[in-house]
Amino acid sequence: MIVLPIALLLFQGATALPRTAGGEPDLSGTYDIATLTPLTRPGNVKDRLSLTDEEAKALAKATADQMAQKSLASDPNRKAPPAGGDGSEGAAGNVGGYNAVWVDNGTGAFKLDGKWRTSILIDPPNGQMPAMTQEARARAMARGRMSRPNRGDAFWITENMPVGPYDDPELRPVAERCLMGFGSSSGPPALPVLYNNLKQIVQTKDTVMILNEMVHDVRLIRINGKHEPEDIRRWLGDSVGRWEGDTLVVDTTNFKDQPGMSGASRNMRVIERFSRIDAKTLRYHFTVEDPTIWTKPFSGEMAWPATDARIYEYACHEGNYSFGNILRGARLLEAETLAKKNAK
Amino acid sequence: MRPVAKRLLFVTIAFAGIALSQPRPAASPAIPRLAGGKPDFNGIWQAIGSANYDIERHMARPSLMLRKGPHGPLPAIPLLRLGAVGSVPGGMGIVEGGKIPYKPEAETKRQENRDNWIDRDPEVRCYMPGIPRANYMPFPFQIIQNPKQFFIAYEYAGATRDIYFKDPGPPETDSWMGQSFGKWEGDTLVVDVTGQMDQTWFDRSGTHHTNQLRVVERYTMTSPNHIRYEATMTDPEVFTGPWKISLPLYRRMEADARIMDFKCVEFVEELMFGEFRRKPLPRHEQPTQPKQEQPK
Repeated sequence: MIVLPIALLLFQGATALPRTAGGEPDLSGTYDIATLTPLTRPGNVKDRLSLTDEEAKALAKATADQMAQKSLASDPNRKAPPAGGDGSEGAAGNVGGYNAVWVDNGTGAFKLDGKWRTSILIDPPNGQMPAMTQEARARAMARGRMSRPNRGDAFWITENMPVGPYDDPELRPVAERCLMGFGSSSGPPALPVLYNNLKQIVQTKDTVMILNEMVHDVRLIRINGKHEPEDIRRWLGDSVGRWEGDTLVVDTTNFKDQPGMSGASRNMRVIERFSRIDAKTLRYHFTVEDPTIWTKPFSGEMAWPATDARIYEYACHEGNYSFGNILRGARLLEAETLAKKNAK
Repeated sequence: MRPVAKRLLFVTIAFAGIALSQPRPAASPAIPRLAGGKPDFNGIWQAIGSANYDIERHMARPSLMLRKGPHGPLPAIPLLRLGAVGSVPGGMGIVEGGKIPYKPEAETKRQENRDNWIDRDPEVRCYMPGIPRANYMPFPFQIIQNPKQFFIAYEYAGATRDIYFKDPGPPETDSWMGQSFGKWEGDTLVVDVTGQMDQTWFDRSGTHHTNQLRVVERYTMTSPNHIRYEATMTDPEVFTGPWKISLPLYRRMEADARIMDFKCVEFVEELMFGEFRRKPLPRHEQPTQPKQEQPK
């Protein structure tokens, strides 16, 4: 009875990190990966990996002030936006949108190895995405032509485009269709986004499950498993894991044509490394290679701090009233644009 | 008690039974256990049977949606061409006593739901199925369990459940899969499910409930590869009293058993949004040309 605890203590060594009955580090828990550290390094800190304490404090304060301002209640007596839009961009969509009370993208940069980080990307060392292949640049250009700020016109009609961005449900982004979260929220690689950044890990001997708050996307990582055959593809790819010492290494392939990672192809491969920094924090490291899209692999890392927050059900598809309205709205714009054209 | 000691005790009792030559049911094989001794439910499970068609005792019938025929019910038009594929296999049902105790007005609504099945069953639109239906749909689900956590990942619609072991209090909002609060009663996991939306059904036969539904589930391993699943439903809005279902869940034995992708959102886009395409595809079968009358 006394032998067992002593053996465990010896096994755990100096660091008393939580471990499973099998002796592996216990990664289980709920984590909030929201952070103000962006994926790629901003220009004003382009030469360095970390922020000073003062810079980190200033970033947190500026964001908090901005959020407080943007979260003010809307004026119930405000007028409808003027015809042609009010000039607002992004989610406000040129019609004012709503306030920012729903934004939940963190209150500060994250710290690794005692330093506030300037970017999630660490390789290339400049913190920028590697150059894209020629094919990828062509794909990105085509996507760019299809995506415009809302100016209240059916530009695909006026510009005589053979295919418009709202022609079919299948042409809309997968996040809008409620198939996956936007911005590689579910990953892999799992990246922080504007809101719903919680992750839950449940670890067993054979399986490590990661629940992503966004779109209740589950990854079932088969420990010491073999990849699916080439013809079995998954929205989040097929993940197998192995323990390398105290690090869980997860290898993901077999993606479909539109992985969560922006711009990536079905040929993407992601290697993730999960390890424990302390009882409250995981270290998350990833390397992405997709020779169809990027000329070189890229890597990033971040901290996953544990949270007591509870994950609520994100029933995206069940409440996706917007999706039908987006398509219906496009049909209305087309009819208006055509009517104007014919009146000339 | 440590698992080894527990098992030894079990063996001792089993031998004592044999020694006394008492007529006893055959001892069930030892079930897998986690460190700490709790039954180990990890694995991929699935129900067998026709409960997802109709949880009540029923004979086979022509279709999930029927219309009156000259000599008895016939498949409704939208399901006609499915033929035998669209028919309902019979079953002894999983409801104890055979019938759900619906109040009269709720019974009427159930019948209306049946008559309009294709437009009303949330399964048709790939909505999360709720509890208990998720457990006997014709899809596997995986239990991921360790001494602290118990999580269920369903293949259908990628639905999920986290079973809380710390009292979460009353549900803060209704949700499609509800709020699950579990506790152990010996080797049985008892899960109290509340806060479910009023839009899920118990099967494909119009069996509705309100958001007052409370489901108390009991998971008991009866062998390494079987779970006895029981659930008791109360909903004073629509039922005259509590009622219970009971069925076995089977471990998927294939060496490569796994949860496949079945988001199904992409499979219902044509149904739900197809009419808003810029160039809609035909939404109904083209009527066949009437035969030209031959000149006499």
